Amino acid sequence: MTPGSPIADAHPVHEAEDPHLAKKKFLHDAAEHVRDTGHRAFVRKALGGYYTNRDTQKARYRDWEQARDAASLAKWSAVNRLDELLPRFVATFEANGGKVHWARTAEEARDIILGLLRAAKAKAVIKSKCMTSEEIHLNAAMEQDGYGVVESDLGEFIQQLRGEPPYHFVFPCMHVRRDEISDLFGKHLGTPPTDSPEELTMIARRHMRRLYVDADVGITGANFLVAETGQISITENEGNARLTAALPRMHIAISGIEKVVANLDDLAVLLPMLATAGAGQPMTCYNTLYAGPRQPGECDGPEEMHLVLLDNQRTAILADPEQRDSLHCIRCGACLNVCPIFKNVGGFTYGTTYQGPIGSVITPHLRGLADWNHLSGASSLCGACTDACPVRIDIHHHLLHNRRNAAKTAPNRWEKLGHRLFVMVATRPWLFAAGGAAFRKTLWLMKKLRPPLLRDWLATRDLPAAPPASFRSQWRARS
Amino acid sequence: MSVNTSTSSSARDTILGRIREALRVSAPLPHMTSHATEEAATAGPGGLTILPADVARPWLPDGGNTPEERLALLTENLGKLRAEVHRVADHAAAAALVAGIARDRGWRKVAWHGHPRVEPLAAAVGCEAHQVDAAAFDKNALEACDAGITACDAAVAQTGSILVSSATCGGRALSILPHVHVVVVSLDQIVATLGDALDLVRSHYAGRLPSMLSFITGPSRTGDIERILVLGAHGPKELIVILVG
Repeated sequence: MTPGSPIADAHPVHEAEDPHLAKKKFLHDAAEHVRDTGHRAFVRKALGGYYTNRDTQKARYRDWEQARDAASLAKWSAVNRLDELLPRFVATFEANGGKVHWARTAEEARDIILGLLRAAKAKAVIKSKCMTSEEIHLNAAMEQDGYGVVESDLGEFIQQLRGEPPYHFVFPCMHVRRDEISDLFGKHLGTPPTDSPEELTMIARRHMRRLYVDADVGITGANFLVAETGQISITENEGNARLTAALPRMHIAISGIEKVVANLDDLAVLLPMLATAGAGQPMTCYNTLYAGPRQPGECDGPEEMHLVLLDNQRTAILADPEQRDSLHCIRCGACLNVCPIFKNVGGFTYGTTYQGPIGSVITPHLRGLADWNHLSGASSLCGACTDACPVRIDIHHHLLHNRRNAAKTAPNRWEKLGHRLFVMVATRPWLFAAGGAAFRKTLWLMKKLRPPLLRDWLATRDLPAAPPASFRSQWRARS
Repeated sequence: MSVNTSTSSSARDTILGRIREALRVSAPLPHMTSHATEEAATAGPGGLTILPADVARPWLPDGGNTPEERLALLTENLGKLRAEVHRVADHAAAAALVAGIARDRGWRKVAWHGHPRVEPLAAAVGCEAHQVDAAAFDKNALEACDAGITACDAAVAQTGSILVSSATCGGRALSILPHVHVVVVSLDQIVATLGDALDLVRSHYAGRLPSMLSFITGPSRTGDIERILVLGAHGPKELIVILVG
């Protein structure tokens, strides 16, 4: 990697093939990225404008904190009434003419979508940004079945050409410099080099227009499912989701089951807060509600609309009342943007679909605590994520809950032994004093010997100098 | 359909069963900074707390209390979003304005839909005009248009958003595919907040929802390249709002 290069070309594989290696890979990639000061500076600079815009927009709220209360209560009451609201949503959605498909697992979701593409005899598929499709690895499955698929969101398109997953689930290519994008477009689209973000955007715009018109099937995600009206709500800035759902003859949307909200009033709170928290905007450019395929009397729109409702372990999170609120997440990405860990280790290091603090909370549920608990350790517990969350998910405490649950289900023998030893010493004052004295005398020895247990810790830290006497004897001398 | 119906219905039953089972244990209310929300919350169906519609309204950005305030706020917000705003007295003036814009910018072909607020503009535009809802929809013809002219359902002062629908604004593509979107807003269509606009949707379309409703907040944009704002990512590069009245 050239100095200052913000890319991770050295790591083409972003998910450890063997989940048991996830932690090892995390530690390796984190160390690499932390050393790459160019990458860190680039990511910080890219986020600089976000902080300013977010604060400007937050100031327009008459009470941002109370608006957060309202948003969190709206999501709380929806998630805790999912048994009632999800069937109601499905009934109204199907009454509007859409068709719902239920998927317990990623594999079932992929099979449903591939089945729909076969039935539609699809030749060209256009896709707008959808993290749920990343979660189920849809593109790879589609390509394996011979379907060409084009990501239409600019950031996702760039990542697709680079052969990389999104770096950040809202800003997919925030780590890529404009000259790299210019080279990429030159290589794949044959366009002349430019260093203007505007010209680069226009290249993608021109390239994509025919693809919207020619596609048979459009695939989108969903941000909210409105139980009252049976509409799905899609939030986007570029207009690519609108085009994806307007021109092809079939529209397939994919959504997690937790995206339900009770009614349209909830959107009056959640839509502006999603935009402000996530991107520092008053509203995202297009917030669109879809109620089924083209209705009688309408001049365009798809003939069929399908919605794939995905569980994929979400019901396991629902079954944990302590962490149930992590299903309130509206995927705004605010917790990533403020996280000191994210800003230092970068998005790819996580090796997950959902990066950053919320990803560290939910990934152990989605993919197994034993292999993914290390993400809960990758936190300074500063609470910046919890403060930033527009729906008040208790993110940093959930990282602690994951650590506790991991210790309970798979206790570490050494840690257990250590705690037992500590209890033995700490409950015997004479032993505590003797131990302290021994440590004061041998601290210098630790520095010299670097015992294996302390080696990682000492790699970036110095041991303090030993005090001349114990606290208790110093206290006695004062009084 | 190649999707097996029995698999699908058993997947539904499994998922709904898991949800019911999971919710047998209740979760604590979220930690809230103020008691106002908790006090305002009422017992909903099943004894669960839900938020009454108007509780959050005083905490969200202001939408203006009088028609004058709303108009000023809408104009200000549209300006910040880099939309182009014109105010004209009547539809004849709107038609003259659009004809002037079309001439100045060299539009060769515009698209429009049958609507009393749009027809006078299309009639006067002075270049080829393609009506999207006159015959079978032709996406290639629409793609070749420089601009699309539509009506709207409402304009939201609070956020500077324009609400369009597939039922009343020429379908789904007219307001998103052409490079320029011209939208005609009558002053009495301006509402204060998103909540008001959604109320309007609820009362106006009860039982017969259009297949698409979209809040358009400024011209299409992206920040995907180094987080630098660029207008006109895939949707219209320009949004021209004509306020009539």
